[in-house]
Amino acid sequence: MAIYSTNEFKAGLKVMLDNDPCAIIENEFVKPGKGQAFNRVKIRNLKTGRVIERTFKSGESLDSADVIDVGMQYLYSDGEFRHFMVPDTFEQYQCDEKLVGDACKWLKDQDNCTVTLWNDAPLSVTPINFVELAIVETDPGVRGDTSGGGGKPAKLETGAVVRVPLFVQQGEVIKVDTRTGEYISRVKE
Amino acid sequence: MLKDWQPTCAIDILRLRAQVFNSIRDFFSARAVLEVETPLLGHACGTDPQLDFFTTDYIAHPQRDKLFLQTSPEFAMKRLLAAGSGSIYQICKAFRNGESGRFHNPEFTMLEWYRVGFTLTELMDEISELIETLSQGYLSLDATQRFTYQDVFQRYTGLNSLTFSYVDYSTFALANGQSEALAICGYEHGLWLDFIFSHYIQSHLGENAVCMVYGYPVCQSSLARINPLNPLITDRIEVFINGIELGNGYYELTDAREQNKRFDEEIAVRLQNNRPGTVKDKHLIAAMEHGLPECSGMAIGLDRLIMALTGSLSINDVLGFPVHRA
Repeated sequence: MAIYSTNEFKAGLKVMLDNDPCAIIENEFVKPGKGQAFNRVKIRNLKTGRVIERTFKSGESLDSADVIDVGMQYLYSDGEFRHFMVPDTFEQYQCDEKLVGDACKWLKDQDNCTVTLWNDAPLSVTPINFVELAIVETDPGVRGDTSGGGGKPAKLETGAVVRVPLFVQQGEVIKVDTRTGEYISRVKE
Repeated sequence: MLKDWQPTCAIDILRLRAQVFNSIRDFFSARAVLEVETPLLGHACGTDPQLDFFTTDYIAHPQRDKLFLQTSPEFAMKRLLAAGSGSIYQICKAFRNGESGRFHNPEFTMLEWYRVGFTLTELMDEISELIETLSQGYLSLDATQRFTYQDVFQRYTGLNSLTFSYVDYSTFALANGQSEALAICGYEHGLWLDFIFSHYIQSHLGENAVCMVYGYPVCQSSLARINPLNPLITDRIEVFINGIELGNGYYELTDAREQNKRFDEEIAVRLQNNRPGTVKDKHLIAAMEHGLPECSGMAIGLDRLIMALTGSLSINDVLGFPVHRA
């Protein structure tokens, strides 16, 4: 296993902290002129998604975390687990619904996504940034309203609910930003 | 073709840097302070427990010699003072290994000056005048602030900096969600002060003003003299603008025996912490035995000063070629 010293810490580096896999977001070198040097590090716990700040004495080190991002295809849900497949190798992975349910609300069968593996076990699922999904349920639109002000909830084919402008109709396909969960535009068929 | 051949700073910054250098020379020339040069390569080096240096091989046939790149020109300048130079200043490069970050480049530009016969208070007046002069046209600074270390420590943390209390310090760290401080600092007063000062105090200092902090606790004395009236503090100052540490000054230690003792203590601490060994500057000790005049000295990081003048967020914005492009 590799070991990283504070001077190698950079954004994106995956390390073990308090027995959890984490990703470094930011690393600031702090040193009072004649005093001890520290590294103030912003770090995301990849299991919980929580961001914390932690100070290290410069020169301290952390073990690397065996975390990799793998492009996979979403297959199906059996209620308890979501199933994914690596297209090249047909290798399949299952993810606990409780762990990845929220990220999966943007996924249709066959959709591509990124599965983060820690020691070859799925840790999290990241959908592509923009998805196009059909609206299966929403209140009837108000004709002529194109302002988009206010909006209304719309249920998508995957079960996700987003706010859409009043003029958007049931059955239409819309583009959504999965990072914010916000409606972007209608998609012309 | 490599894309990173270009300087990281704007060409305007080069002009500003040249202007700052000119103003510094005018400032000291008007005060009859002599500009000097001292070697960047030396046989000895500072013993600061927290500084790492660069070494280089000197091929002096038939043998090889190890030379140090200087972490500051202090020792050589003090030898000039002992030889009777009178007040002197220097603009030079200094080198500190392993220091790289938003406010650090391992090779940086330093202004260092010594004023024979100056007390720390007189030095502080001059620092204030110098920075005011240099900032004209760039920053309109409020009146210079002067606080004791103890004052700022108490103001921002409620803690007593002069007497170590593990319970108080660790309670403060825990209340601020930094339990790691306990493991990092242990029972070392100096480490706690560095941790708390850099995390909770420094960023508040010198909001649109020069802020001078003086009267450092003795465990942070470095090469400063112990205050004759209060043995818990030392005649050392640090200067800040908008939370950026610009430099460090002392009412200089002149006692050769005390200097030798501090070298030995620092070398022992270095050994204990597995830092690379250093060579004590015997020339400095000899010069001090001959007699270093009573003086005060100050060092200012000019790259940081230019950062402060331009509101730059990173030292890379004021350097042509920081280490990754050097």
